[in-house]
Amino acid sequence: MSGKGILEIRWHGRGGQGAKTAAQLLAETAMDEGKYIQAFPEYGPERAGAPIKAFTRISDEPINLHCGVSNPQIVVVIDPTLLDAVDVAEGIPEDGILLVNSDQSPQVLRQKLNFRKGKVYTLDATKVALETVGLPLPNTPMLGALLKAADLVSLNKIEDKLTEKFLKKIGEKKTKGNIESVRRAYNEVQAG
Amino acid sequence: MPDTAKSTIKALTGDQAAAEAMRQINPDVVAAYPITPQTEIVMTYSQFVADGLVDTEMIPVESEHSAMSACVGAAAAGARTMTATSANGLALMWEVVYIAASTRLPIVMPVVNRALSGPINIHCDHSDSMGARDSGWIQIYCENAQEVYESIILAVRIAENPKILLPVMVCQDGFITSHAVEKLSIFEDEQVKDFIGTHKSNFPLLDVENPVTYGPLDLQDYYFEHKRQQSEAMKNAMQVIPEIVEDFAKLSNKTYGFIEEYRMQDAETAILALSSTCGTAKVVVDGLRNKGVKAGLVKLRFFRPFPADNIVSSLSKVKAVAVLDRSESFSNRGGPVFSEVRSALYESENKPLITNYIYGLGGRDINTSEIEAVYNELQETIKRGKADKLVNYLGVRE
Repeated sequence: MSGKGILEIRWHGRGGQGAKTAAQLLAETAMDEGKYIQAFPEYGPERAGAPIKAFTRISDEPINLHCGVSNPQIVVVIDPTLLDAVDVAEGIPEDGILLVNSDQSPQVLRQKLNFRKGKVYTLDATKVALETVGLPLPNTPMLGALLKAADLVSLNKIEDKLTEKFLKKIGEKKTKGNIESVRRAYNEVQAG
Repeated sequence: MPDTAKSTIKALTGDQAAAEAMRQINPDVVAAYPITPQTEIVMTYSQFVADGLVDTEMIPVESEHSAMSACVGAAAAGARTMTATSANGLALMWEVVYIAASTRLPIVMPVVNRALSGPINIHCDHSDSMGARDSGWIQIYCENAQEVYESIILAVRIAENPKILLPVMVCQDGFITSHAVEKLSIFEDEQVKDFIGTHKSNFPLLDVENPVTYGPLDLQDYYFEHKRQQSEAMKNAMQVIPEIVEDFAKLSNKTYGFIEEYRMQDAETAILALSSTCGTAKVVVDGLRNKGVKAGLVKLRFFRPFPADNIVSSLSKVKAVAVLDRSESFSNRGGPVFSEVRSALYESENKPLITNYIYGLGGRDINTSEIEAVYNELQETIKRGKADKLVNYLGVRE
C-alpha cells in the first residue's frame, strides 16, 4: 500500500555523483509546476564512491508518507558500475521504467538485468557530460533522459531550475554546459 | 499548510525549515555546536549571520555543554535565546538542560531526534528527547517540515509567556524529516515578527538598577518550592497554550491541538504515535477506511505538558489502541509514551484494550504494511477481548 497518486522515483549513484542533487532538482522543478514533493537520500556511511540511493516523490496532493520507497515506478541508475553491485531493478512494478547510464543498448540491459516487461532506456550520460560540461558528472544529463522516458516536468522548467541553482555556484559556461547536456540527453536517450 | 495570500512557497529540508524559522525569529543569541543530523540548522543559520540577514550574536561554542551554558547566561541576561541539538549533543548538555528549566529561562531548542549511542548510530529514534522527559522542558513533536517551521515560531510565544516561562524543545525526526526536502509555505518576516512580539524579560541580569541573582544554592529550605512552581508552570501551559494556538491560527489558518485526531469520529481501533510516523499511519488509515475498516489515528503533538485529558477523551471512543514508541525504557512494561498513556487511562470508565509497539530504533524504517499489521492485530485483539502482549517489537529480527 502506498499513497494514492504519488509517483515514486529511486536514484542509484555513487557518493559524489549528484544522485541527491538530481532527486532534489526534479522535485523542486515539479514543485514550481504546482506539485507536492519530497526528495531525500538514503544515508549510510557517507563517503565518496560508495553506492547511495536517493528518492523523489511527486504528487498533486500533500504527501503524508514518510517511509522509505520500496516500489518505485521509475528507477534511474546514474553509475553503470552499480549494475554488478546492486539489484537496481528491485521492487519496480511490471509497468515500471528503468533508465540506465550505459553505452549499451536497452535490449542488452534488459537481458542482463532480467527486467522483462517494463520499459528500459539507456544513455551514455558520462560521455554526454564529458562533451558538454567537461566533467564526468552524469546526473544532469540523466535528468534530461528521464524527461524523455516520463513526462514529469517540462524541459524548459528543468533548464530554468539549473540556471537558478548553478549560475552563481559554477558560472555561466558550466551552467550552459549542463543545460546543453540535458537537451542532448533528451534527444539521444534510447528506448527499447 | 498556511494558505494565506502572503505566504511564500519554498522547498526546504526539516533542518532548513528550522533555520528559516530562526531567521524570522531573529533571536538575540544563538549558541550551538553542530552534530548530525542537526548540523544543517547550525550551518544554515551561521550563513544567515555571516550574510547579515539577522542581528544574532552567534556563539560557536566548543561543546553542547557550553552551548546550553551560554544559552542559560544569555537568557538570564534578558536575551531571546536559541540553540539546537541531537542525541549525544543533548546528552552532553544534560545537567544544564535541567538548569535552564528550573531557572525558568524561555530558551527554544530545535531537537533533531537521533538514537543515543551505543552502538553508535546517527539515525532517528526518540531516545534522546525522551530521556529529557523529566527535565522540565516543554516538548513538541512534529510530523513534517511545515510543522517544524510553524512549531518553532509557536514555541517562542509559549516559552516566553509570563504564566509559563519554560524552555521548549521542538522535535523532528532525524534524516526522515531533517534531510528530506518538502514543499513549505513560509510567512512573511513581518508576520512572524508581529506574532512573536518583542521579548521582555522581567528579571534581566543586565538590569543593574534592579539586581537579581540566578542559580544560587537552594537547599532544604526552598528547592522543593521552586520545583513545585515548575509543576505549576507546566499546568499553566495546559491552560495558556490553547490561547496562543488560537492566536497563531489567525496567521496560519491552522489550529494545533495538544493532540491531532485523524478519522477518529467512529473509529474502533486506533494507533497513537508521534512525529513522522503519523504521516505514514494516515495513509494506512485512509487505505483501511476504503476497505470499510474503522481505523483512526491520534497524533501526540505535545508530550510535555502531557495532555492526559485530551488523550483519554479521544481514546475512550475506541475498542483497542496501540501506542507506538520510538524509544525503549527497559522497564519491560513498554516505552515512555505507552506508560504515560496507559496510566492516564487508569480511571477511565471506557478503557480501550491497549498494547505497545516499540519500533524504528536507530532509524529502522517503518512502512505502511507494518502499520497495517498493527491495525489488523488490534482487530484480533477486539475479537479475543484482550491484547496478546503488553509490549511488542515491530520490524525487528528476533
